[in-house]
Amino acid sequence: MTTTQAAPERDSDDYLPAAVKETRADRVVLICNYTALGLFSLAVLYPLVYVLSAAFSEPKNVQSGEVWLWPVGLSLESFRSIFDYDGIVRGFGNSVVYAIGGALLATVLTLLAAYPLSRRDLPGKGLILGLFLFTMMFNGGLIPNYLVVDRTGLLDTRWAMILPTAMAVWNVIITRTYFQTTIPEELHESARVDGCSDIGFFWRVVLPLSKPIIAVNLLFYAVAQWNSWFNALIYLTSEHLFPLQLVLRQILVQSNVDPSQVRDVAELLRMKELQEQLKFSLIVIATIPPLLVYPFVQKHFVKGAMVGSLKG
Amino acid sequence: MATSTIERPRVATTTASKPRKHAQGLGARMKKNWQLYAMLALPLIWLAIFAYWPMYGAIIAFKDYNVIDGIIGSRWVGLKHFERFAESYQFWRLIKNTLVLHGYELLVTFPLPIILALGLNLARRRWYRRSVQMITYAPHFISTVVVVGLIVVLVDPNTGVLNQFLGLFGVGPVEVLSNPDWFRHLYVWSAAWQTMGFSAIIYLAALTSVSPEQHEAAIVDGASRLRRVWHVDLPAIRPVAVILLILNIGSILSVGFEKVLLLQNPLNLQTSEVIDTYVYKLGFVSQIPQFSYAAAIGLFRSLVGLVLLVVANTLARRFAKSSLW
Repeated sequence: MTTTQAAPERDSDDYLPAAVKETRADRVVLICNYTALGLFSLAVLYPLVYVLSAAFSEPKNVQSGEVWLWPVGLSLESFRSIFDYDGIVRGFGNSVVYAIGGALLATVLTLLAAYPLSRRDLPGKGLILGLFLFTMMFNGGLIPNYLVVDRTGLLDTRWAMILPTAMAVWNVIITRTYFQTTIPEELHESARVDGCSDIGFFWRVVLPLSKPIIAVNLLFYAVAQWNSWFNALIYLTSEHLFPLQLVLRQILVQSNVDPSQVRDVAELLRMKELQEQLKFSLIVIATIPPLLVYPFVQKHFVKGAMVGSLKG
Repeated sequence: MATSTIERPRVATTTASKPRKHAQGLGARMKKNWQLYAMLALPLIWLAIFAYWPMYGAIIAFKDYNVIDGIIGSRWVGLKHFERFAESYQFWRLIKNTLVLHGYELLVTFPLPIILALGLNLARRRWYRRSVQMITYAPHFISTVVVVGLIVVLVDPNTGVLNQFLGLFGVGPVEVLSNPDWFRHLYVWSAAWQTMGFSAIIYLAALTSVSPEQHEAAIVDGASRLRRVWHVDLPAIRPVAVILLILNIGSILSVGFEKVLLLQNPLNLQTSEVIDTYVYKLGFVSQIPQFSYAAAIGLFRSLVGLVLLVVANTLARRFAKSSLW
């Protein structure tokens, strides 16, 4: 994905012409580099592998410290108890709603803002762009934002999760750059000669040509929404609206299992026993949705983000 | 869709033949582009409500806000809240904690992606670099709550893998989360773990613009591999690096607040209380919410951030010859 014509990826190690022989020092540098990258990847990977193994292990083996790399005594106990905890299941559902709703709304707004701003012939473009860019450098702050959500009557509704974060200016800029670099001016000229309006051109020509950047926006907004928790903390008070991340915070960070969320007493006792174990399986469950997105990200996000940010 | 609005061919041909000149007046051009403004309407309304209204609302920092009188009706008090903050015993502690934490973070998370990108660029075996990349940017997609949850289970004094490892050397269980000395390291190195791979992407993209001829020429001149990294690869990513550095400095007082809040507990407040967490507590945790005072501190933070951004940009333009504007 990092390839262009300029620097083709090859399986040989360098640009060395066949006639020039590699020096000893260069060889050493190369080997050190490969080793360092390898060790480094292992360091990044280790916490994830450990949590995965612990989640699938017998709780007593985790407690006694026998698990350090591979699962010891395979067990799905901790996953089962997740589904008996009402808050988690409900939070999961809420998060799905927020992620999908938020991503759709935000992507529509972003596309609507980015296309006109990508047009060179829009009078007042500089001023409007300035209005967008200024918000990246300065904002009212936590309290004034809260007061606006309060005044608009969004407080403690699902809209409070979706509307205030509905547009990221950074995405508008990336999308605009994408339009500027991939939609040729001539295309627009010829469509106009054929009598196509601006909205018609946007709908019939620009959008079909922009699938990668639309995918990037949807994914970006969905993951951001899925992972967010702070807005929920200050804007929501009803527990039935809480997204998964807020429930996770109670259990993972504050080590706080709410007895009223569990259906029967035997279950609660089992859960107390499993509480440590529950953390591992929760981390695994909560990480799965964003990681499902990952292959698409490989394909589109990196390319789209690169085009947008480099040529901007 | 409204594709029936057919423009008269006369207009179309005149603009098509002279695309650069403004043949018409501003009003006429605006009228011709009305559909573009219509598209912009919704985003601009959003911007007005959720970005500019709060900026206007920030004037409560100069007032004694109360719910009954609202933003407009509340009494003006000038700089009272700013003076109170500057004189409070919290002031220097908050400034110091904020600067040290983010300064430390910048020191670690700015150079690491560059080193990673240079290393990946040097490793030309495709399967190897692909694997390293795949692994290193996976943590980017994990939420802050889960990352902190991960830290909590890893450093748990009884069962955490860190203390079991230390136990092998006879070092007793270390209470990491409640220790103010550990807080900054936890915060910064978990940030490095999470963001490094993803931040390296942009540098890798910049490195693809280096033409092979430059490397070949350097080889013919007898440059070693390290020399080529230093004199060919590094200059190629310098402009991008400068811009990212400016942006980082501009946001030095504000980023990462959510993770600070999650990692914070009453025992490590000494190092973990930063400006934003203090604002949050004044507004949402304390018994009597002090909206105006909290807004004043938040505004102070925003203004300092803006000034830092401008200063960093000016310095970059003068010394590094590349800048944001």
